Amino acid sequence: MEKKIKIELYSKMVLIRAVEETIAERYDQKKMRCPTHLSTGQEAVSAAVGLALQNKDLVVSTHRSHGHYLGKGGNISKMIAEIYGKEGGCSKGRGGSMHLIDLSVGFMGSTAIVGNSIPIGAGLGLSLKLDKSDKISCIFIGDGATEEGVFAETVNFCAQKKLPVLFLCENNFYSVYSPLSVRQPKDRPIYKMVEAMGIKSHQGEGNDVFGVYKTALETISSIRKGDGPRFLEFNTYRWREHCGPNYDNHIGYRAEDEFLEWKKKDPILLSEIQLLKENILTQKMISSIARTIKDEVDNAFQFAEDSPFPKKEDVFKYIYAGV
Amino acid sequence: MSRDISFTKAINEALFTAMALDPKVLCYGLGVDDPKHIFDTTIGLQEEFGKERVFDMPTSENAMTGVAIGASLVGYRPVMVHQRLDFFLLAMDQLVNAAAKWHYMFGGQNSVPIVIRLIIGRGWGQGPTHSQSLQSWFAHIPGLKVVMPSSPKEAKGLLLSSIFDENPVLFLEHRWLHNQEEDVPEGDFRIPLGTANLIKHGTDITIVGMSYMNTEALRCLEFLKLQGISCELIDLRSINPIDWGTIIKSVEKTKKLLVLDTGSETGSLAAEIIAKVSIELFSEMEAPPARICLPDAPVPASFSLTEDFYPTSFDIAKKVCSMFDVIISKNDFKHSSFPHDVPGDWFKGPF
Repeated sequence: MEKKIKIELYSKMVLIRAVEETIAERYDQKKMRCPTHLSTGQEAVSAAVGLALQNKDLVVSTHRSHGHYLGKGGNISKMIAEIYGKEGGCSKGRGGSMHLIDLSVGFMGSTAIVGNSIPIGAGLGLSLKLDKSDKISCIFIGDGATEEGVFAETVNFCAQKKLPVLFLCENNFYSVYSPLSVRQPKDRPIYKMVEAMGIKSHQGEGNDVFGVYKTALETISSIRKGDGPRFLEFNTYRWREHCGPNYDNHIGYRAEDEFLEWKKKDPILLSEIQLLKENILTQKMISSIARTIKDEVDNAFQFAEDSPFPKKEDVFKYIYAGV
Repeated sequence: MSRDISFTKAINEALFTAMALDPKVLCYGLGVDDPKHIFDTTIGLQEEFGKERVFDMPTSENAMTGVAIGASLVGYRPVMVHQRLDFFLLAMDQLVNAAAKWHYMFGGQNSVPIVIRLIIGRGWGQGPTHSQSLQSWFAHIPGLKVVMPSSPKEAKGLLLSSIFDENPVLFLEHRWLHNQEEDVPEGDFRIPLGTANLIKHGTDITIVGMSYMNTEALRCLEFLKLQGISCELIDLRSINPIDWGTIIKSVEKTKKLLVLDTGSETGSLAAEIIAKVSIELFSEMEAPPARICLPDAPVPASFSLTEDFYPTSFDIAKKVCSMFDVIISKNDFKHSSFPHDVPGDWFKGPF
């Protein structure tokens, strides 16, 4: 793997972490007045898959989509402005944190209802196949979405039509506060279920950014060649509460120890250690990357602060298209 | 020269016309290429336009609605069909949370130009889950357009407009209209969405009908004329948005209103129309507004239980007459010679 790519993967993770942690830090100012699902701890998949996809490839995502959006290259300022409910937001303040879009980089939209964007991603895949395009459609989901009926329906359709679709599942082991153990049978990994439905599947370590990148790149390349849909499952862990800026290990649904174990597998820390060891990064470079990113994030928040609110009288705008 | 064709043929013509005009129009649904071709409405399409654009689908109503949405975001115009509206209820998440919201919640950047044809069943024991007329549910969701054609000409003109509209359109076809014939223009003939159709001018009462209820209404207008009552009949045809201008203007003139709805009474379109007209014209009305709907009960299957379930032209005549203090009996009225659970000889079930 090229040095440049390794540094890019590392930097992208640092950016996603900086955005999420700045949101957490400032959420109490009560200016970001919408449900916000942070992806701190899960940065590796976003950075790696975002980079493995090409700009022309299409993506749909979920309620926890900040990382996917930033990984794909979505505009940071417009994302923060969206969370602020501003006219300068990527959805002009109509959608909030859970409805991000940046068409210029193929980020086609994230939606809030679990499983909702799955068939929409398949529809994008169908259009690409009909157009004989070499683009692919990537559908980000979590473990919870694999329990939805629409997931099974969509996997079946994509397999039947051999669509250029990548199902990218981040398994963080919780659906809100409900652990995987009460939701799915023991000893039946998600990727095995999908494999049985007729799609080649693979499970990997989701906090190893270089490993995820390598797997994603190979998988995307075979989908692009016309090999049909694929399913990738990566294990990872969200550090903060399901929705909101806080840590919630004290409320009793998961153990502090479990969190601390996963914190040792912090994807940024792991890659930093490796890149220092490989002499690809130096402490000086790490500080410089952090500084540049802090400026970028500060500027994005400033853009959001400065952007006007949508006009009250525009509440009926956009109900219908072509008006 | 008159060119009478059936409602199903008119739908078929609209699909042919749209698919020939725009290579991005797709047509799919369970059974579109099976031997029955959705009551012949999709016959010949696959042979003409190929298996990529016209295809049968997995029994996955929810996912396949999402597939239509996804394809529409990048330029396609999918037309989906369900042989009964009731099956489409599996797709409410995609309809309500995605299709209806997409244009709004992303600040107008993308729209969802899809059409979903839904066939409303009736008769021959269709029963509780094969005959629901849920237009008022759909009309309640901002961002959706809802259309109910009431004749072959309307079906063709409205379907072509629906396909080329930039928004998600639900197109509700009543099964009992499928065999009706009418002179239908050839080629790319469109009727603008959002407009009501004044079917018959009159001076004494405004009747607003929708879908098959217009057929029942038309059967009693002559009879009512003989009773000295001149009815103005408006076909609502666009359930959302509603053409309030046409309705209000008519009631301003007649000062009486009767609404005919194919759905059950509570929370109906009829309720909405009466509410709006009452709010706007309360002091001008000469009689309380009235409505004829289905009862607030699931539709039963049994021949005996359905006998008085669906309102007929006699019920309409009786209601109108009561608003003018004219008393009529069943014997004054010419009734259908067919059993109550079929629209005519052509419909022998099973669905």
